[in-house]
Amino acid sequence: MAPTRREFIKIAGFSAVGLILPSLPLLSQAQAGTPAAGSVSPAAPGVLPALKAKRWAMTVEPRKCRPDCTDCITACHLEHNVPDFGNPKDDVHWISLERVEHIFPAEAHPRLPESITKLPVPVLCNHCENPPCVRVCPTQATFKRADGIVMMDYHRCIGCRFCMAACPYGSRSMNYRDPRPFIRKINPAFPTRTKGVVEKCNFCEERLARGILPACVIACKDKALAFGDLEDPRSDVRLILDKGLSLRRRPELGTGPQVYYIL
Amino acid sequence: MKLYNGGKIIAGIVVFLIVATFPFWYGRGKAVSPPDLKLDTPAIQRLKEKRCVETAPFMRSNHMKLLGAWREGAVREGIRSYTAADGQVFQVSLTGTCLECHSNKKQFCDRCHDYSGAKPACWSCHIIPEEVR
Repeated sequence: MAPTRREFIKIAGFSAVGLILPSLPLLSQAQAGTPAAGSVSPAAPGVLPALKAKRWAMTVEPRKCRPDCTDCITACHLEHNVPDFGNPKDDVHWISLERVEHIFPAEAHPRLPESITKLPVPVLCNHCENPPCVRVCPTQATFKRADGIVMMDYHRCIGCRFCMAACPYGSRSMNYRDPRPFIRKINPAFPTRTKGVVEKCNFCEERLARGILPACVIACKDKALAFGDLEDPRSDVRLILDKGLSLRRRPELGTGPQVYYIL
Repeated sequence: MKLYNGGKIIAGIVVFLIVATFPFWYGRGKAVSPPDLKLDTPAIQRLKEKRCVETAPFMRSNHMKLLGAWREGAVREGIRSYTAADGQVFQVSLTGTCLECHSNKKQFCDRCHDYSGAKPACWSCHIIPEEVR
């Protein structure tokens, strides 16, 4: 005899409960999983205390730069395993040199002295107050930390390059090929990137955590670069900014760049 | 009920069943022995207490979750130290902490990952110290 409608629904209901019951203890185990084994604390062992700030910022004084000096670029790119593909189309850079007319198009005019127009100016990620790259990133691989550093989580980057389109400063570079073979000397303390990942300056976040200033700032023998907390009136950047007029790149865009240029 | 082309259909089903179950009866009784992991690196031999960040059974079943938590914490929250259940503090670093002891990645990580068919993408970016030029 075929079961009645009522009997069939009863059987179906009991079967459904029977299917769910065995997995319940597993669920509670999974929730009590990894983090229960230990806890994490912010201070790293056996190193300098981490440098902390309310708002990290950098000042650049290109007039102090020696001619043809690329110490900041070399130091940064060695530190962070930045590849050199040897071709401007695929160029990957965290910090580079640019002409004034390119980075300050509104301020440039034909009567600028040669000492300004010929001046190579170090440019890097501006770690914007209101970063357009963070807004467009579909995976939140780029995010802004509480201390103002605009950081990349390379694990999450899917290589869509929205951030490259959004960044008005060209601070981001794409790895169109596997960068490993193009790194002159690998620094084992910092990971490389992989093919299909965008990269950019991170204000040496990994060095700050170890209590060391950014590589470019340390490498600059002419003290053209300064780094510090914008909220601290006695920080290096504030002392420099207090002296006079400083420029930011394309402030009219509303990105709130945090790299200040003194020309 | 009449089965048209019965011979071909039944032969086809038999062939399909043989092919589909081939891995099961071919591998019967031939158990692949679990990998033999080497734990005798110099750094491990120097340890007084032979213990990983957490206990060995915990690490065996949870190292991927632990590494995932380390990754999220270090990159996104800036948490760079880990206090183990027994109170020991470790630096959160794959190349620095894990591979410091397990410097024999080929005899340790790879053997088990190959055995279980796991293909972690860690090493496309993170550096294996023994392989650095």
